[in-house]
Amino acid sequence: MTMTSGTNHPSAVTLGLHRGVVELKAFFREWDAVAFTFALPVVTLALLGSLISGVYPGSDVTSAQYLAPSMIAAGIAAVTFVNLGAGIASDREDGTLKRLRGAPMPPIAYFLGKTVQTMVVVAAEIVLLLAVGVALFDLRLPTDPGRWLTFGWVLLLGVTACSLLGIAVSSVIRSARSAGAVTQLPYLVLAFVSGIFFTPVSALPQPLLVLGSVFPLKWMAQGFRSALLPDTILGAEVVRDWEHGRTALILAAWCIGGLLLCLTTFRWRGRRDR
Amino acid sequence: MTESPAVRVRGLHKRYGRRAALAGIDLDIAYGEVVALLGPNGAGKTSTVEILEGHRSRDGGEVTVLGVDPARVGRFGRAARDWRSDIGIVLQEATDLGELTVGETVRHFARYYPAPRDPAEVIEVVGLTDRTRTRVRKLSGGQRRRLDVAVGLVGDPRLVFLDEPTTGFDPAARRAFWELIRTLAGGGTTILLTTHYLDEAETLADRVVVLASGRVVADDPPTALAERAGHQVTVRWSGGERRTDDPATVIAELTRRFGGPIPGLTVTRPSLEDVYLDLIGHRP
Repeated sequence: MTMTSGTNHPSAVTLGLHRGVVELKAFFREWDAVAFTFALPVVTLALLGSLISGVYPGSDVTSAQYLAPSMIAAGIAAVTFVNLGAGIASDREDGTLKRLRGAPMPPIAYFLGKTVQTMVVVAAEIVLLLAVGVALFDLRLPTDPGRWLTFGWVLLLGVTACSLLGIAVSSVIRSARSAGAVTQLPYLVLAFVSGIFFTPVSALPQPLLVLGSVFPLKWMAQGFRSALLPDTILGAEVVRDWEHGRTALILAAWCIGGLLLCLTTFRWRGRRDR
Repeated sequence: MTESPAVRVRGLHKRYGRRAALAGIDLDIAYGEVVALLGPNGAGKTSTVEILEGHRSRDGGEVTVLGVDPARVGRFGRAARDWRSDIGIVLQEATDLGELTVGETVRHFARYYPAPRDPAEVIEVVGLTDRTRTRVRKLSGGQRRRLDVAVGLVGDPRLVFLDEPTTGFDPAARRAFWELIRTLAGGGTTILLTTHYLDEAETLADRVVVLASGRVVADDPPTALAERAGHQVTVRWSGGERRTDDPATVIAELTRRFGGPIPGLTVTRPSLEDVYLDLIGHRP
């Protein structure tokens, strides 16, 4: 129809990677946000790890070591659910999405860009938290490849589920300013009922345990503990088993549910311009 | 194909709830033409432009933009990307991209297009060459809009939409921005700009389409718009005034009556602004 038909458009993957680069540049140049994103879980781990002391009965795992994998799960949830949700809400408000809709860009490239950004930030956060765990609390990293495999699939499913939920929650955020309130509250409540700050998880009252078990964070934390801590700590878990099958099932279910939520609720437009 | 206009709109309707925002708009824009959509706030300028851009749905009427119906082009296919590649959109009040530099921004958006212009050249055209390495958030309001124009142009579009591009500018920034638009128009780009500034429409556009309450109340070249008031002029003197087609006769008559020079004599044509205010129903 138009004169440019027959021309070659850049592929969605190429554009997605370029968007990832631009997103990362923008992210790392905003120093206050970067500091907040990385410092919150690191400081929490360092503080809580130093405050609480003791060794769990039947194992040589200290309270601080127990906290480390849980904080990795919480840190990932912060980067994906909280940051991604707020980031997309502000993209909707400041004109980013509107501008992209006007460009000849396949919409998937936007999400690929967010994925690239999220993966890099998640990786950096994990390295940072593991380093704090090893340096301050003598956390011993596993040498068994099987444990790293466990770490890998819990990470993949957890990041996917939380990212999709972050994208979905961005649609209920009215403005970038209210993003903090909308995402931080559920995040903090979940962190508590998932046994992140309140350790060990089995010490939580039964109703809170049930509540926490519905959401992905509890299973991510449990999955990371199963990868990074010796099995002697199982006595401090709710069930004396790492429940890998159930973990995979629940995280996968959240991935599917999150995807459906995204597909049905995602809006390219802000509330102002409908 | 070259016979069909760049933009063709017939009987465009849009409702928001029970309020009719557009009540039957007709509009044609030829290739290479600069058309200003002029009207007060709420007249339907932005709704019209967003429907043409494919960013808003319509409730009735026919629309073709570069030979394509924006409501049917979709988001994903090759046809959609071909069409989008030929259109440049300059956003009204975007505040995105703050942490990128001017150069990074324009180079990034160049990547979306199959045959983009040279980013450095586009930055030069909008007069931001010396700010290439400046973060976008440090730009002034006028520079920020120039960057938006650069992003709108980098794909080498055939049709450019500018939605109230100079709102909030100081007078010097407006003049400079007008120069930029004239340069664009001189290069043969088809431009549809919305504005609520009469002088802007008059100085930039080949044709001014005046919208009021969702209807086209005038569609003329700026000079013809001024002539809409007819050839009546107002002759004023100390103690009276008269509207007339023939000021010479009135003045001759007054000269006789005063027996010499007429005290406080002025002869005025209605300004474009008078015509405009009349058109949109705010007769002074």
